[in-house]
Amino acid sequence: MSKKRSFLYVGLAVLMMIIMTTSYPGKPVEAFSNQVIQQGAVGDDVIELQARLQYLGFYNGNIDGVFGWGTYWALRNFQYEFGLEIDGLAGSETKQKLADASKYDENFVKKQIRKGRDFTYYGGIPKKQQVEKKNTGGQQQPKEKKQQQADQPSNTAVNVPNGYSQNDIQLMANAVYGEARGEPYVGQVAVASVILNRIESASFPNTVAGVIFEPRAFTAVADGQIWLTPNETAKRAVMDAINGWDPSGNAIYYFNPKTATSNWIWSRPQIKQIGKHIFCK
Amino acid sequence: MARWILISILTLGLVGAGVWGYQEHQDKNAILIQAENSYQRAFHDLSYHTDLLHDKIGTVLAMNTQQQLSPQLAKIWRLASEAQADVGQLPLALLPFNKTEEFLHDIGDFTYRAAIRDLSNKPLTDEEVKTLEQLYEQSGVIKNELRKVQHMVLENNLRWMDVQLALATNDTQGDNTIIDGFQTVEKSVAGFGEEDAGPTLTGVSRENHEFRGLNGEEITEKQALEIARKLFALDKGQKLNVTKTSKGADVQTYMVSYQKGDENGYADISVKGGHPLNVMVERPVNKTKISLHEGQQKAEEYLKQFKLPGLELIQSRQYEKEGVFTYVSTIDGVRIYPDSIHVKAALDNGDILAMTSRDYFMNHEKRDIKKPAISEEQARSKVNPNVEIREHNLAIIESDLAEEVLCYEFLGTMNGNTYRIFINAMDGSEEKVEQLKATEIKFSSEV
Repeated sequence: MSKKRSFLYVGLAVLMMIIMTTSYPGKPVEAFSNQVIQQGAVGDDVIELQARLQYLGFYNGNIDGVFGWGTYWALRNFQYEFGLEIDGLAGSETKQKLADASKYDENFVKKQIRKGRDFTYYGGIPKKQQVEKKNTGGQQQPKEKKQQQADQPSNTAVNVPNGYSQNDIQLMANAVYGEARGEPYVGQVAVASVILNRIESASFPNTVAGVIFEPRAFTAVADGQIWLTPNETAKRAVMDAINGWDPSGNAIYYFNPKTATSNWIWSRPQIKQIGKHIFCK
Repeated sequence: MARWILISILTLGLVGAGVWGYQEHQDKNAILIQAENSYQRAFHDLSYHTDLLHDKIGTVLAMNTQQQLSPQLAKIWRLASEAQADVGQLPLALLPFNKTEEFLHDIGDFTYRAAIRDLSNKPLTDEEVKTLEQLYEQSGVIKNELRKVQHMVLENNLRWMDVQLALATNDTQGDNTIIDGFQTVEKSVAGFGEEDAGPTLTGVSRENHEFRGLNGEEITEKQALEIARKLFALDKGQKLNVTKTSKGADVQTYMVSYQKGDENGYADISVKGGHPLNVMVERPVNKTKISLHEGQQKAEEYLKQFKLPGLELIQSRQYEKEGVFTYVSTIDGVRIYPDSIHVKAALDNGDILAMTSRDYFMNHEKRDIKKPAISEEQARSKVNPNVEIREHNLAIIESDLAEEVLCYEFLGTMNGNTYRIFINAMDGSEEKVEQLKATEIKFSSEV
């Protein structure tokens, strides 16, 4: 009796599993989310857009999840060929046409991205041939960090302001954090602006590193505080400064009136005080 | 017995501490010498480069053929920039030495502009030759002063570390030969006076003029507070702080700030006309919920309140959880690049986090835009034939000489890269070519 029962349960369970797997074939087959994708966007929709455009042969760049110029021209060409309005925006009509005309194997694409492989996704060519085998041996670190991957966008590139690398931004964030971490946000943006204004100025070096590491220019460099790990706020402050915000009012010096050792600094024309720092020309 | 054990342990400890201390001392010395050496190198390089600079200007003055001139001028430009880099490596930041640096910069600027010019068509004018003669003379003075300092440094084994110490302790009594020497150099440059440098040497740096676009009556502090309150959409109870800029500011503003929970805001409101020049709100931004496109719509809605006519989006970019949008004003379809406005939207709920219209109000003015003297076809023929042109329109940009010029703007691609090319609409010269590179692979994540 008890044996029969357990058979029944097992049978039921198996049946349930079959039903479940058949009625939910993996993920719902739906193309794109409903956002309008425009130049500068990043994320999964951009990966899909690039993959689909590549499938049709319009896009020859890397599938990196950042809607840059290459993607923009590819999309416009697609819109031209398919008789759509050529605006470089992936709106609902464009996305529909694109989804109808191409196939998108999300698992394949995401897997290649996750594994950090060089790959392409042209239609009509077997996928296996489009993946570059890495012959660096030793199995490129086992990075199936699924949890982390799950809520992070899988784009492999990021937007950077023209002429700046993430490393320049990091270096500046280090300096800003070392110099002004206790300051209000605006004060941090202003310190970052001073670095940029110095690069522009005739009387200072012309590179980020040149300005930051100029001997005796920043106390945080002199006492090593520049090598503290900057927080997100400092990084965002740097990004704002690079992107055009200058709350310092075009200053090239600043000092803390309580700790300033040089008399000379007081002779500079002062612009304004933000937090503890006085900004001047 | 116990006494002897104790004594031997203490002696051992003493010897150990002595050895350790000696090693530390050695290490410290090694590092000091390293630092000293790099200062010395920068300093000797500086005097060498200034010397060479002086020589080269002299050579150029003696030159007759134009073909030789351009490369020589380019050489001077390079030397000036190297000398400037040398200065940047010396611990002089708190010593007023900027006149000399500016002088070097001016030489660089002047020679650069002369070098890039087609000298066979437009040879150096008499005035420019005169400027060069002056630069020759002045660089000679600087060279001599620097050589003097250098001689003293070598003769008396002076060390830059002492300069650094003297500057750090702000020791004005203790006479330091190097500091004195550099002050002499600086004084001699200051003696040249501004007008000596000639009219061609001014107004190169952008943002050096006053704010042209600000109009309207001066507002009071109270009005500024009201404007800010509306701008941040704050209720009456919210406390706002306000201060005014000091005398040295290019433009007088009221600085309004507030703190509300974990959100804080800041705005620069111009005294003249009450225009918000900088607006920044800082708060934690949550998970991205809206698209960059929606962010753009929010930004445009926000900009409407300022009633600035004819803004056109020229760039949109998503940086993590924020979208940054750049607008320029347009007149009859001509993009005015100097009049730019940036807006930043949070992509969690579409709030506008920041806006800056500094550039707009600095450069904006009534412009009459002339008719282009050459046709678009003619301009197109000036573009590198390998570039496939995909978009074009008219634009006003600031040229290398800090003048506003009307240009044909071409967007095109070559070898998979996108370029923006500006062709002067009056004479067809190539004003500016830039590669538009907006993305970089992620280094940090090991995806």
